Amino acid sequence: MSHFLVPVFETGFFTSATVQTAVLVGATVPLVAAAVGVFTVMRGQSFAGHALGDIGTTGGSGAFLVGVGPLWGFVAISIVAAAAMEMIGIQRPRGRDLATGIVLGAALGLAALFLYLDATYHNTTGATVTILFGSIFTIAGSTTPAIVLLSVMVVAIVAVLYRPLLLSSVSAELAAARGIPVRAVGALYLLALAIAVALAAMTIGAILSTALLIGPAAAALRFTRRPGTAMLAAGAIGVGATWLGIVLAYDSYYWPPVGHGWPVSFFVVTIILVLYLLAGLPQLWQARTRSASAGITREPVAAGDR
Amino acid sequence: MFSGFMINAWTEATIVAVVAGVVGFFTVLRGSAFVAHAVPNGAFAGAAGASLIGINTIVGLGVFSLFGALGIGVLGRRGRHDVVTALALVFMLGLGALFLSMSVEYAPEIYSLLFGEVLGISNSELVPTAALAIVCVAAVAALFRPLMLSSVLPEAGEARGVSAFRMELCFLAIVALATTMTVPVVGTLLIFSLMIGAPAAARSFTDRPARAIVLSVAIALVTVWSAIAISYTTNYPVGFFVGMISALSYALGRGWVAWRRSRTSPLAGHPSGAGVAAT
Repeated sequence: MSHFLVPVFETGFFTSATVQTAVLVGATVPLVAAAVGVFTVMRGQSFAGHALGDIGTTGGSGAFLVGVGPLWGFVAISIVAAAAMEMIGIQRPRGRDLATGIVLGAALGLAALFLYLDATYHNTTGATVTILFGSIFTIAGSTTPAIVLLSVMVVAIVAVLYRPLLLSSVSAELAAARGIPVRAVGALYLLALAIAVALAAMTIGAILSTALLIGPAAAALRFTRRPGTAMLAAGAIGVGATWLGIVLAYDSYYWPPVGHGWPVSFFVVTIILVLYLLAGLPQLWQARTRSASAGITREPVAAGDR
Repeated sequence: MFSGFMINAWTEATIVAVVAGVVGFFTVLRGSAFVAHAVPNGAFAGAAGASLIGINTIVGLGVFSLFGALGIGVLGRRGRHDVVTALALVFMLGLGALFLSMSVEYAPEIYSLLFGEVLGISNSELVPTAALAIVCVAAVAALFRPLMLSSVLPEAGEARGVSAFRMELCFLAIVALATTMTVPVVGTLLIFSLMIGAPAAARSFTDRPARAIVLSVAIALVTVWSAIAISYTTNYPVGFFVGMISALSYALGRGWVAWRRSRTSPLAGHPSGAGVAAT
């Protein structure tokens, strides 16, 4: 690498194997998250998207207890949880958060038991920290094929469902009138969300999975109303934020306290939050100038946003 | 079961259940389950930060839950509420990850902050919890009518001069207060199941607000008491039983609603009964 880039990319950045895996995963996970995330934000199911990641704790600790690979624990528990949310009534706007909450509460209760048993029989409590906070620098290379396969599956579900899902997300009544099985479409989408979030939580931790699912999609939807464009923009934002986060985390090894890198998740989350807030500025400015010129104090943007 | 340190556990759990039952009623009524999850969970970063700079954990929890809750309220005014809540939560957790990475010795305490340590409460912890609980319940009592109005009929509230935004901020501050006092006792995850499960179950049994609150407190008390009793005899974690009993009481509530509906309207194809019958 040429010398003038050293202040940005510390020495050894491009030759490190962990960084290479991280950069690769940092490109795929945000893309899958963006495809699902745009619909998650449009349907107002951020809580479900976050809860499924948290519920991964239950799957991870349970899988550890019975001795199967954590990936399968993550995916299985997410699908079961998504099915339970669907049955309780996530499709109704008023019961949405409640359904998620009940399932999350029960799943976390189970997680408490599994972690206790893990600690009793296997003498470890490290699982909590790893699952919740994760780290993009500690990904095992062996699970990569399964991750790729499941990612392709998620993108395929979203691609096949694209038009009916879009219509039923914008207006469930209109979709039903056109003969679209709204509930079945919603349930299939929830399945895609469950797998996507399980993958993301497994590879990069529950915090980052929520951040990448919601943040880029919400920021993109603030400056474009077209879902296709929003997905592309969200993908770009997600990948960009993750890569920048990786570079900063690598560099931070030389920041105070020296010899102790700052976590990637902190950088990525902060970048995404800042981008989301910046994406709201044009709207804010527009609304202000429009209401000033028209002489009214109504907020047209906020009304359309809900 | 009722001797020595267990007395503290019983007292503390009772206080927590009363607060969770009262605050949780409004959480379920307003559909703010996500906020009730995000504020305690994010406030955990405050505890990590406080331990890093060596001050009392309660201070860190209080500062983070209050700023987190008010941040959600202010930003949620313009953007989508659930998106803002999610982003505020992950930002706080990101800060938590940063604090944790800087203090090495803190990691083992995470489990107790997440899942609580109700069986290890000292006398000195009882007094601040009780004081905060009284403030919390008093705040709900004082704001009961406007809060109720703006939760059920926000437009009618605005017409009567009750600002929905101001009520939202008040409600969020109450959630933050409840969080600060309960998190060290039952953990961030369990306060959430208590605040959702018990009130949601109570609302299936009655439509009247006052009765629902009393019932919600009663269910929360039964949940916590039986969880402690079972945990004491079986040695399994309290959190597991709180989570399971909360979900079970909600399922019972739903069953009750379905049973009453099938009795009052024998028509199977009743439109309002279709959703419940399908589950």
